[in-house]
Amino acid sequence: MGKLLVQQKQIVVPGEVLAEGMDYLPGDGTFRDKNQIVANILGLVNLKGRLIKLIPLAGKYKPKRDDLVIGRVTDIVSKGWVVDINCAYPAMITLRDATADFIPKDADLSRYFNIGDYVIARITRVTSQNLIDLSMRGPMLKKLEGGRLIKINPTKVPRVIGKKASMINLIKEKTDCQILVGQNGLIWLNGDPKGEILAVNAILKIERESHLSGLTEEIEKFIDEGLKAI
Amino acid sequence: MAYTKRHNGRKFDETREIVAKVGVIKNADGSAYYRQGDTEAYAAVYGPRQLYPSFLKDPSKGRIRCYYNMLPFSGMGDRVRPGPSRRSKEISLVTEKAFQPVINLEEFPNTVVDVFIELTQTDAGSRCAGICAASMALADAGIPMKDLVVAVSVGKVGKRLLVDLDYEEEAYEDEPVADMPIAILPRTREITLLQMDGQITKKEIMDAIKLGEKAIQKIYNIQKEALRAKFANGGRDVKRK
Repeated sequence: MGKLLVQQKQIVVPGEVLAEGMDYLPGDGTFRDKNQIVANILGLVNLKGRLIKLIPLAGKYKPKRDDLVIGRVTDIVSKGWVVDINCAYPAMITLRDATADFIPKDADLSRYFNIGDYVIARITRVTSQNLIDLSMRGPMLKKLEGGRLIKINPTKVPRVIGKKASMINLIKEKTDCQILVGQNGLIWLNGDPKGEILAVNAILKIERESHLSGLTEEIEKFIDEGLKAI
Repeated sequence: MAYTKRHNGRKFDETREIVAKVGVIKNADGSAYYRQGDTEAYAAVYGPRQLYPSFLKDPSKGRIRCYYNMLPFSGMGDRVRPGPSRRSKEISLVTEKAFQPVINLEEFPNTVVDVFIELTQTDAGSRCAGICAASMALADAGIPMKDLVVAVSVGKVGKRLLVDLDYEEEAYEDEPVADMPIAILPRTREITLLQMDGQITKKEIMDAIKLGEKAIQKIYNIQKEALRAKFANGGRDVKRK
């Protein structure tokens, strides 16, 4: 009979034995070594029936198809633009995915996006060798102008957005800011400077306290207090 | 005079005081601090990231690159010349090899994980302290690995086998001394680093490794606790004698 050695939501380190015997299945972030299931990363235990999965607590952003990301244009090549999206590999915006406008054959590409520009784009393809294609065609996808940009740990992004975007909508409404959250941990904010600073502080607070429960109420209180001070 | 008692009153299988802390360098993807007596190491991990020069790229998996460095003021009064030396290059290499069997970078082809180990203070056992710090920093950076790597030095002074030699013991002049840094994976007990300097017999080597395994278990628990502490309540000191 197999034996489970960890509890739901426990923090485990690489190499820690999660279960013994063949009754449990190794999920993401774990591997099987003979009759043991072992943690491969630092993470939070997530048990679902007989499947043991680890939710990573740290690590670089892993690109996934259909993710919305914010990146910086780092190079202009003949096929399009190279974009740094805060992960291990550079991403690419090809000419046909860059804009709805017609781009003439010998156009100066820096007129559309120049080096150093920030864009919000959607990932359309990730190959096995991690070549990443981005698209700029779609609602909300644009070059980012004005505002401010902050960087948080990409594993904390789901917490910043909240269930059905509840958390981010709360911050948007209260501080009256435009906020765009990239799955890669880059967040763009635009609004009244005082509201912007309050929103930044609220997001950094979420990042710090993401593992605690009752966070939405806590953030609501934090912003209300901040608004009173303004 | 025969060596029958350790000069600082430790037991023969007792390590120096150990302090471990994770997440000490904010800019790095992962970082850790590890102190063992007067030997103090910081490790910072960056990556996985793009690897240059490109000919070093491996399209089947990611690479790990280690840099071991002693700061100029870290020695015992003499200024350590900055820059790579024969010794620091060797230690960088053996550190890299200690981690190669545990690092799982198949998911990150063509990339590199850089590990920078800086020693602010040294009192022997610096490569072991470096490995212990680097191992926590790698886990903190979210790098997939099969196990943590734990290192400790064991050795022989006179006729006694002992754990975690400090400089005074390593440089004991009245009797022969042997010094062996070892790194072990605590779960499988595989050895990933084994060096030796001095005079020792085969049997004594085996006994010394057994002695080291006990200390390794203790250091492993401190490492685990330090990693958990960072994520449970925002990083605090973990102290254990």
